[in-house]
Amino acid sequence: MFITCLKTNQDGASSCKIRFILIQNRAGKTRLAKWYMQFDDDEKQKLIEEVHAVVTVRDAKHTNFVEFRNFKIIYRRYAGLYFCICVDVNDNNLAYLEAIHNFVEVLNEYFHNVCELDLVFNFYKVYTVVDEMFLAGEIRETSQTKVLKQLLMLQSLE
Amino acid sequence: MPAVSKGDGMRGLAVFISDIRNCKSKEAEIKRINKELANIRSKFKGDKALDGYSKKKYVCKLLFIFLLGHDIDFGHMEAVNLLSSNKYTEKQIGYLFISVLVNSNSELIRLINNAIKNDLASRNPTFMCLALHCIANVGSREMAEAFASEVPRVLVAGDTMDSVKQSAALCLLRLYKTSPDLVPMGEWTSRVVHLLNDQHMGVVTAAVSLITCLCKKNPDDFKTCVSLAVSRLSRIVSSASTDLQDYTYYFVPAPWLSVKLLRLLQSYPPPEDAAVKGRLVECLETILNKAQEPPKSKKVQHSNAKNAILFEAISLIIHYDSEPNLLVRACNQLGQFLQHRETNLRYLALESMCTLASSEFSHEAVKTHIETVINALKTERDVSVRQRAADLLYAMCDRTNAKQIVSEMLSYLETADYSIREEIVLKVAILAEKYAVDYSWYVDTILNLIRIAGDYVSEEVWYRVIQIVINRDDVQGYAAKTVFEALQAPACHENMVKVGGYILGEFGNLIAGDPRSSPLVQFNLLHSKFHLCSVATRALLLSTYIKFINLFPETKGTIQEVLRSDSQIRNADVELQQRAVEYLKLSSIASTDVLATVLEEMPPFPERESSILAKLKKKKGPGAGSELDEGKKEPGAELNGGIEPTASTTLRCPPQRREPASGRLLRQHLRHAWPGSWHRGQLPQLGSSCFLR
Repeated sequence: MFITCLKTNQDGASSCKIRFILIQNRAGKTRLAKWYMQFDDDEKQKLIEEVHAVVTVRDAKHTNFVEFRNFKIIYRRYAGLYFCICVDVNDNNLAYLEAIHNFVEVLNEYFHNVCELDLVFNFYKVYTVVDEMFLAGEIRETSQTKVLKQLLMLQSLE
Repeated sequence: MPAVSKGDGMRGLAVFISDIRNCKSKEAEIKRINKELANIRSKFKGDKALDGYSKKKYVCKLLFIFLLGHDIDFGHMEAVNLLSSNKYTEKQIGYLFISVLVNSNSELIRLINNAIKNDLASRNPTFMCLALHCIANVGSREMAEAFASEVPRVLVAGDTMDSVKQSAALCLLRLYKTSPDLVPMGEWTSRVVHLLNDQHMGVVTAAVSLITCLCKKNPDDFKTCVSLAVSRLSRIVSSASTDLQDYTYYFVPAPWLSVKLLRLLQSYPPPEDAAVKGRLVECLETILNKAQEPPKSKKVQHSNAKNAILFEAISLIIHYDSEPNLLVRACNQLGQFLQHRETNLRYLALESMCTLASSEFSHEAVKTHIETVINALKTERDVSVRQRAADLLYAMCDRTNAKQIVSEMLSYLETADYSIREEIVLKVAILAEKYAVDYSWYVDTILNLIRIAGDYVSEEVWYRVIQIVINRDDVQGYAAKTVFEALQAPACHENMVKVGGYILGEFGNLIAGDPRSSPLVQFNLLHSKFHLCSVATRALLLSTYIKFINLFPETKGTIQEVLRSDSQIRNADVELQQRAVEYLKLSSIASTDVLATVLEEMPPFPERESSILAKLKKKKGPGAGSELDEGKKEPGAELNGGIEPTASTTLRCPPQRREPASGRLLRQHLRHAWPGSWHRGQLPQLGSSCFLR
């Protein structure tokens, strides 16, 4: 079932670059799950568990890239949180690794030294940050200045 | 509790989240949730119309509950109502809810699409973005039908704000991916290409992604993007660090945009226009030069961003495969990375070099790194890095280094991760055959494979070694001798028994002169393994025994006694029983001439496609083909059939019940029952259990 869902579109149109973005803590609790492909809730749960299992056994001697089904996961750990982006095997690993870091720096700035609890209590705002920087499985905006400016503007709205 | 920002306090939400976090058990959590759900339900059903703020709060709570993992079966209507609010915070929650909890109720869909339509037409960029993001996040067919013509219009309209253009571009990308038939190319196409010149880098970033996707199916419509992309890239790469302020990341100008532009260029062949091409080559050289300069920052972010561009540039250079100078430079740069202290870089260098290995311009340059790669294979601590090293050795293998590489891969195999053994076995088998000058080396290699990783030696591999031995007179004696020695090992893999059984059955006579490997010794050796083997192997051994009767008449009595024993002729397995009975009969009634004819030595196999390469391709999946095919094509294949890439899958005989056979048909079986040489449907009518089994 998973394999069929992760297949590329039949007519050969270039498929989604980013499949999903996950932020999980070491215990396996999901703090953000952004999906760029259709999955059932059951499939999503299974994927979340698998990703967690795969990244938490890795340490400093490993790379930040893991083969995952017929894709790959680029991930980095920040304190107790794992930030994972699932992309195509042909995608540029380092570009996505730094996309994660860029995103984390924005969160850090926006939430003033972000911690896990910020992501919990402001979960609905985290989606806004994600959508500023990633959309339709692609990178949307990379300038931290621009993203923060926009976020602050939105924050001031009623 | 962390501070919530002004403007959308939602204290009730924060309190609820705290309550949940304070629950000591799963039951307590469920209880608290149910209490809240009941509360929300009653509020939604209540007589008093809820104000926007409350609605927002409750919808947000529902969303939170859903994200915890509980099903939510109400709230959609209220969420949709929020869409028509003119307050951003309320709209945002409404859109978020329906994006996460997508609902297929047609009435709701109609209302949602209506709200989106209004927001798109609102001229309020914030609202327009919310609407576009919703379409991009949901991307349903209904939305595509409703908005596939509107979104391109918004994208190219002169008065659209930059942030809206960014969102529209990616929204259009999503619609195109899910419903390409609803997004026909049109007048907007050329305007989209011109977005590459936009002064807002975010717009360019989004546009490049869109164009990269669209040009795959409509390359002509977008081919003007090439020169624009080259200009843009060139300007970025040569920019001073004070330009592009907002888009400089750790002293690297616009790294993601550079990567995307380089990726876009990989959708097209090298530019034909000399000026454009010249500019691009210069650009690539600059990128390669920068890699050699001392870094502007010690931070890993700086080097990652710089190297992201470098690796993508190398991908482009490989894709073009036409600039020898660049290819060699790329190879040298990667060579330096092979010994970098960062595992990520060593991994990526190994991976990238693999593709370089198949280019004729850089193949030799890649080979110079063989010792480093072998060292990586032995010492890297991350198994995925070792695996890339193995892949690279396979890719760089040719006549000059085949023996060394095969030997290293065999050593690696002894301690390799189980999940990758089968692939390594296939690769070693391919290399050994491809580059064998001396076929006894080939035979040794395959037998070593069986010895080291017998479980992972698939049928294609050992069928192949037998086929080669049958076809080459010069190695038959050596094969018989080697296999005989291998079988002496107290615990040898069943595949070894199969190979040994078959080879001794055909060529045991070549070593029978030596008393240490006399016919009876050979028979006893094989038969000592008999009871340890599976049915398939025993069936094969029975065939060997009848061949022995033909080759070595002095063994007839001993073998017949074995065939005659209850454990054979009354064996529960039909195949074994049938063979035992028929072989026994054949040995007693056939004259020596008939026996000799029926059990004649197997003739050489005709040219056939190798299924080993097919199996490897299947394992590696799509996209692995080029590295395997191009690298392994050699003019003048050495052997019948050689290794040619083929689409044919493993040619297995379906297990069918075998019918009784007369002598003539039996012989036909022995000649042709080679699983690999038959496509499905071509098997003789008489059942198909192949005699190798």
